[in-house]
Amino acid sequence: MATSSTEIERSGAVPPGALGFTATQAAGLVARTAAVDAVGLEERAASLAKRSIKREAKLWALDLAIRCMDLTTLEGADTAGKVVAVCAKAVRPDPTDPSIPSVGAVCIYPLLVPVAAGQLKGTTVRVASVAGGFPAGLAPLEERLGEIREAVRSGADEVDIVLNRSAFLSGRYRQAFEEIAASREACGDAHLKTILEVGELGSYDQVRRASVLAMAAGSDFIKTSTGKLSTGATLPAALCMMEAARDFHHETGRRVGVKVAGGIRQSKQAIQYLVLLYETLGPDWMGPDLFRIGASTLLNDVLMQIAKERTGRYQGPDYFTVD
Amino acid sequence: MTPERLDVRKTYKLFVGGAFPRSESGRSYPIHDGKGQVLARAARASRKDLREAVRAARAAWRGWSEATASNRGQILYRVAELMEGRADQFAHELAGQGTRRPEREVTAAIDRWVWYAGWSDKVHHVVGTVNPVAGPYFDFTFPEPTGVVGLVAPEQPALLGLVSRLAPIIVSGNTAVVVASEGTPLPAITLAEVLATSDVPGGVVNVLTGHKKELVPWLAGHMDVNAIDLTGVPDHLVPEVEATAAENVKRTIRDGSPDFFSEAAQSPYAVSAFMEMKTVWHPMGA
Repeated sequence: MATSSTEIERSGAVPPGALGFTATQAAGLVARTAAVDAVGLEERAASLAKRSIKREAKLWALDLAIRCMDLTTLEGADTAGKVVAVCAKAVRPDPTDPSIPSVGAVCIYPLLVPVAAGQLKGTTVRVASVAGGFPAGLAPLEERLGEIREAVRSGADEVDIVLNRSAFLSGRYRQAFEEIAASREACGDAHLKTILEVGELGSYDQVRRASVLAMAAGSDFIKTSTGKLSTGATLPAALCMMEAARDFHHETGRRVGVKVAGGIRQSKQAIQYLVLLYETLGPDWMGPDLFRIGASTLLNDVLMQIAKERTGRYQGPDYFTVD
Repeated sequence: MTPERLDVRKTYKLFVGGAFPRSESGRSYPIHDGKGQVLARAARASRKDLREAVRAARAAWRGWSEATASNRGQILYRVAELMEGRADQFAHELAGQGTRRPEREVTAAIDRWVWYAGWSDKVHHVVGTVNPVAGPYFDFTFPEPTGVVGLVAPEQPALLGLVSRLAPIIVSGNTAVVVASEGTPLPAITLAEVLATSDVPGGVVNVLTGHKKELVPWLAGHMDVNAIDLTGVPDHLVPEVEATAAENVKRTIRDGSPDFFSEAAQSPYAVSAFMEMKTVWHPMGA
């Protein structure tokens, strides 16, 4: 921890982050992060995950999960046609049932933002774009910032960038902080989500430290994973980030959202994250402004679960638009 | 004096996705021998176990249906080989539950695997056709496996009845979710142990034991089950089950009450009953 504060303080007069945090103040916050009790964290996450959510409560949770969903397609093979299809599904997830709400946002690569922005004009669905050298975040800084500006210019309402893990893990916290702060500035009015990629951080201490760093640097959201690793979001890591967001709010009065992504394919998992959210951050966070689930195939399972609750029959993929 | 040894007795569990889990509900029910004494307790599966079984069957479907027909035949033949090695255990189990002449039933069941194993690469020639059509087309019809098939096994004979209905379902490439005989479920679980060790991929056959009244409506209503064999459904439940199955146009097959020991109980049409016919119109030059 000593390294972190000296490293940042040595930098002296760095430009303040978009929220008025200087690198020095951020260093104070990072330095004050207490060590995470890994056993307690995993146990609490596991015990909350066992909570039984049934019937009306389940339908309510599934409805919320859809409203908080970032319907995602991030493949090299994405085409304009695929994005158009995803957007149509985002606005009206079940064509036969208008009572199913629209999702929170559609999440895509920057080059496809104009397509999505055109499709989603006049709807409540927002356009989110990954940028900043996703998924490694190791392109030259100017290129990363240029990508962010380009995505916002083409119509992105939200930008998902990645934490520079290379800098963070080698202890260059100041560099990691400044890069996020610069990205925040490049975003302008768009929301900034910072992906920590918890699968690469190695310990809950690091997850907590990275969360504080990203929040202090001005991120509107902190996000678990890119979805490009085999280890995506995990319940304990998400709980760790939620606790960091709770303490950050307590300390600074600022509300930072949490986005879980990577490997969330089943309704049951989505509900487990909602339980963690409720128990950690409370009802204020239970909405698309402060909570998101990034997923590509989860929506299909949620629709099947809703149909199962309504019809009393287990559903099969033959009767849903599985993509 | 040496202390009397306690028997190590088998816990009868379910067979889902190649593993032997207990029911998620934690329930079991007593199985009686011919004299009304409790012989063992069998797992009493819940609808959630059924859901997992269908999921496992669906996951196994692609691999099993795309295996070559001769490969499936070899695997079914191997089931017969391994059953032969356990013949005494099956006979003992059937006798324990009050079956008379159990050896006769066990050998008939083994022979039935062998008989159906042979049909794996032959049924296509028997029910497939080349159709004379009025046009410049080469027109042919051939059978393909239906998908996930639910099998409600007959109550008696518990082993032979199950094998006689199961073998024709899986030989063509379908995967199965079996609801075993409610009164005599133990041979079905021992059969599952044979299947688990005879190269049948996990999930191709899933065996649930429990109350039919509890499980069959969920099986019939499941939208990801493509066909259901109602042979073991009690008469009074059949109309309701058929109506439920109609929602996703499940194939419903019910084999009257045949004498499972007779020649008539084995037929290539029992295989094709769980297959879909595909017709191809292939354009031909003049």
